This record gives sequence, C-alpha cells and structure tokens, in this order.
Amino acid sequence: MEVKTSSVMGFLGPFLILVLAFYFIPVILTVILSFTSMDYKLSWDFTGFTNFEHFLTQSLTYKVLLTTFVYVALTLIFNVGIAFLLALMTTYFTTHENTAMFFRAIWLLPRLTPVVVYCLLWMWIFEPTQYGLFNTILSLFGKSSSIDWFSSYPMGVIVFANGFIGASFGMVTFSSAIKSISRDYIWSAQVDGAGDWQIIKRIIIPMIKWEIMYIFIWQTLSLLNSYVYILILTDGGPLHETEVWSLYAYHKAFKYMEFGNGAALSLFLVIIGIIFTFISWKIFGFRKMMGQEVSR
Amino acid sequence: MKGQTPRGATQVIPKRAIYSLKRKKKKERRAQEVRGEAVTFSRRNEIISTIIMTIISIPIFLSYLWLFLSSFSAKMWHGLIPLKFTLHNWRFLWQPIKFGAVMHTSIWPITLNTLLLALAVTISEVLVSTLSGYALSRFRFKGRVMIQGMTMLLHAFPGVALLIAIYYVLYTMRLLDTLWGVMLVKISLEIPMSTNIIKGFFDNIPWDIEWSSFVDGCNRWQTWRYVILPLLKPGIAAISLFSFLSGWGEFLYIYTFIFTSKKQTLATFLNSLIGEFKFVDYGLLSAVATFYMIPTLLFFIFTQKALLQMSFGGRKA
Repeated sequence: MEVKTSSVMGFLGPFLILVLAFYFIPVILTVILSFTSMDYKLSWDFTGFTNFEHFLTQSLTYKVLLTTFVYVALTLIFNVGIAFLLALMTTYFTTHENTAMFFRAIWLLPRLTPVVVYCLLWMWIFEPTQYGLFNTILSLFGKSSSIDWFSSYPMGVIVFANGFIGASFGMVTFSSAIKSISRDYIWSAQVDGAGDWQIIKRIIIPMIKWEIMYIFIWQTLSLLNSYVYILILTDGGPLHETEVWSLYAYHKAFKYMEFGNGAALSLFLVIIGIIFTFISWKIFGFRKMMGQEVSR
Repeated sequence: MKGQTPRGATQVIPKRAIYSLKRKKKKERRAQEVRGEAVTFSRRNEIISTIIMTIISIPIFLSYLWLFLSSFSAKMWHGLIPLKFTLHNWRFLWQPIKFGAVMHTSIWPITLNTLLLALAVTISEVLVSTLSGYALSRFRFKGRVMIQGMTMLLHAFPGVALLIAIYYVLYTMRLLDTLWGVMLVKISLEIPMSTNIIKGFFDNIPWDIEWSSFVDGCNRWQTWRYVILPLLKPGIAAISLFSFLSGWGEFLYIYTFIFTSKKQTLATFLNSLIGEFKFVDYGLLSAVATFYMIPTLLFFIFTQKALLQMSFGGRKA
C-alpha cells in the first residue's frame, strides 16, 4: 500500500534521527577520524596514512593480533560447544521439562545480570587465595597451594568469563532448532536400531547445520568486538597478555586519548565485520537474514 | 528387526522386563536390546546428562549463591559456607562507604541515577520502536528494504569504532558528561534491534483487523493507538524488559562518557569499589552487588517462563 511520505516520516522520524545521529554519522566519522591525529584537544589534523603505518611497524600490534586470534578461537569452541551440549541435553536427553527449564534458566541468568556484577562473580571464582571457587575445588582434590589464576592463566579467565555468558545465545537457538525437528525422524531411526550417537550425528547435526553456521558467524563477529568483560576483569593485563584488538583500540582512544589512532585500529574490525556480513549474506540470503534478525 | 511383528517394534517394554531379559541368553538379549533401546538408553543417558549439566553449571550456580550468602556473613569457610551472620556488610544503606580517608557518596542518589536512566531508556525505546516497527511492517514505501539492510550492516560495525566517533558527536552536541547523552546513545544503538523484534510482532497481526478499523472510520494514528497497540502487549513487554535490564546494567557508556562522580550509576560505582576493596572486603562488595541485582532477580523470577520462550542474543558492547 502506497502511503504519504509525511505519515511515513511521522512514524519513522524519531528512529531515523537517532540512528542518523548516533549510528550513521559516527560510522562515517570513524573512517575520517582514522586519517587524522586527533587527540584530547579534539582538533582535526589530517595526517594521511600515518596512523596505519605507525602500528604496522609496532611489534605490539602483532602480539595483539595473535592474542585476539587465540581468544576468539578458544572462546568460540568453548561457547558453541557448551551451547550445543546444553541444547542437546535439555531437549533430546531430558524428558522432564522442568529439569530442562531449570538449566536453561540458570544459563540465561548471566545475560540479565549487570556486567559489573557478573565480572565480580568471576573475580571470586578465580580468586587467587584459598577462598576462590576454583582454588577451593582444587583443595578438595588434595592440592594445598592455591593458584593465582589472574597472573598465571589470564587468557583462561577471560575465555571462561566470556564463554559462560555467550553460551546462552547458542543454547536458545539450538534448543528451538532441535525441538522443531519432527519426532518421526528420531523415532523411526530408533526403530531401525540407531543409537543416540548415530541419531545426533546423522539426524540432529545435519538438520540444524544452518543454525550452527549462523551461530558460528554471529559469535565470531561479536567476540571480535567484545571487550567490556576483559576491560573490567584484567584490563588487558598482565603485560598485554589479554589485550585483544578491540580493547587495544579502546585503550588507545580513551586511556591515551589518541582518538585518531584508536579509530584507525577499529577500522580493521570494521573491515572484518563487513566481510563477515557479506559472507553470511551470501550463505543465508538477504530475506532469511532479515528473518534471523528477529531471533537475535 | 525385520522378522518382528509391527506391534513389537513400537511397544514400550517395562523396565523390570528389561532387567530380567539381561539374564537370558546373549543372542536373545541382543535382539531385545535393539528393540528396547529407546527406553533403556534414554533413561540412563538422562541421568548422565543431568549430571554433566550440573557439573558445567557449577560456576554459575555457586557464584550467585556465594554472592547472596557472603553479603550476610562475617566469615566464610573457604568462601563457600557462611559461618557467622552479620548485617555489617549492608552498612552502605544508611551510611556512606569509607575507603581510607576517601568518603564515597551515599548510594541512594546513585541508585536514583541508575533507575532514572533505565526508565528513560525503556520508555523512549518502546515509543520509538513501536512507531518504526509499525511503519516497517505495514507501509510499502521507497527505501524500506534499504533501511532494513542498512541497520543490518550497521550492526556489523564494531562498538569500539562507534564509541570513539560518538565521543566526538556528544562533544559537539555538548552532551558529554551528561546522563542524557548516555541515554540517547543507548537508545540509538538498541532501537535497530528492538524495531526488528517489534516488527516481527506486527507482522503476525493480520491485515484484516486493520482494514476493518479503517472501514469503521479510524485513521492510521487511531488504528495504531486503539487497535494495534493492545494486540502488541507481549512484544512491548519483551522490549521493555530487555531495555530496562540493559539500561540498569549499562557500564561502558557511563564509564567512558561520564566524568563527574555525582552522575555515576551503580555500575561504575561498584566498579570503583571493586578496585578498592578487591581481596580486602568481599562482604561489602557482594552486598552492594546483591543490592544492585534486586531488579534483575525480580524480573528473572517473574518472567522466566516467558523469557525462555523467546530467543535473544548479543547486544552491542
């Protein structure tokens, strides 16, 4: 139905103004900013490609790149793996709906918890003295000395903290996908003598492979861009060991007040983001992707 | 399998019968197992999977329990089992927290800030996204698909990059170091998502309902207000819930765009307390955190069932 532009603008106006001011303009600004040496004085001094050349020559950049890769890969495996495991257990293996609901609810709780509180919980879990959860568990197994997790295994800390909160998204998506598989397939496979492992491998995984792919792409992208938990938990330390790319850009901009540099660094993430969006566009198609938007 | 009767193939074998079968000859048992597999295996696997789920859920389960218990106890055995009850950790409710010579501001104005921010975010997000969701779902106008595609592409844009540029935008608008600025940023970055959610709800409302209200003489605004909106309650409830919780828990924008300690919210307040009292006074920290968690827990308890029925995921950070 064709409508008047004025009434479209009436409905869409607030949306468009906000998105324009705090989404669209910033996107363009970032690109321009990355060619300047803007600092705390917030003045525009165009310096061409100096920012990019600057961090191509720094060895820290390569360290950060490696850290980012390790962090994203480990967290992705952890979080998609646990998500799949939980989805399978709460839908396929459990016949008691209440048990399934209980576990799903427990795993959703971190997502609703305020960020800082969630980080406080992990500070306690990885507490370096004997009062922390993991050190308590270790001492139950007879290990007397406690481990200083934050300085010995900083990467482990951030992978756990991010993995536990990220798993719920995959879990919810996978659960509803597994639930929507027609029971007839599973029953007829059981009648034919298939075991659980065979059913999972030959029926469930092939039938939810689109969801798995979608979660993989989505999680990779959001892990590349997530740094809040790392900022609170380790702040990139000790000695840049947990400094991922996005946190590095954040530090450049808001710790050292080098906005130009920070923008240039984050431009790399923009390029990766566009590539990933393009890939998922190709894989899922535009219509389907818009549909998936809703379930996000 | 092939030689068996059709009845035998689908019949559920009682548990006791299966146990007695195990004593029979090996060959026979094998045949029975194949037939009864669905029953025996899933019962055993259900127990195993419950145990595995419990083990991997331990950190989540125990840490929330710890948070609550530790806020009321003076001493904990291994940080897990409370030994002595106290209300001393909750002293921040009636007196400002002291750290060395530094006196923190009272928690109440900070709580008020947090609440106002969360409410403002909720109300404006619901308003803006119901309007735009309706337009995107019902109107066919030029650029509709383009707007959707654009918001999709914008979503791939990393939060850090936006944050840096938004700093400049807020600076030009003289909104740095104000909660209004934080609120506007928060809404803007979330409405593409909530618009999409609400659009889905609009799509499910049949056109006929609107046509009949048009025929009865309502204009578009009246239709939207009196016919569509009441049908949209679940969607609005979902968006308000999420935007309230995300406004209530917001940390990064306040940490980055607010410099005055009077304007901070519970998130940055707790964060600075963590910096000072970490390893020193977990009792106090957990009491403040429990206090901060109250709305979250209330929402969680009352909307759990509804929450589980809908899926949602990552937000921009």
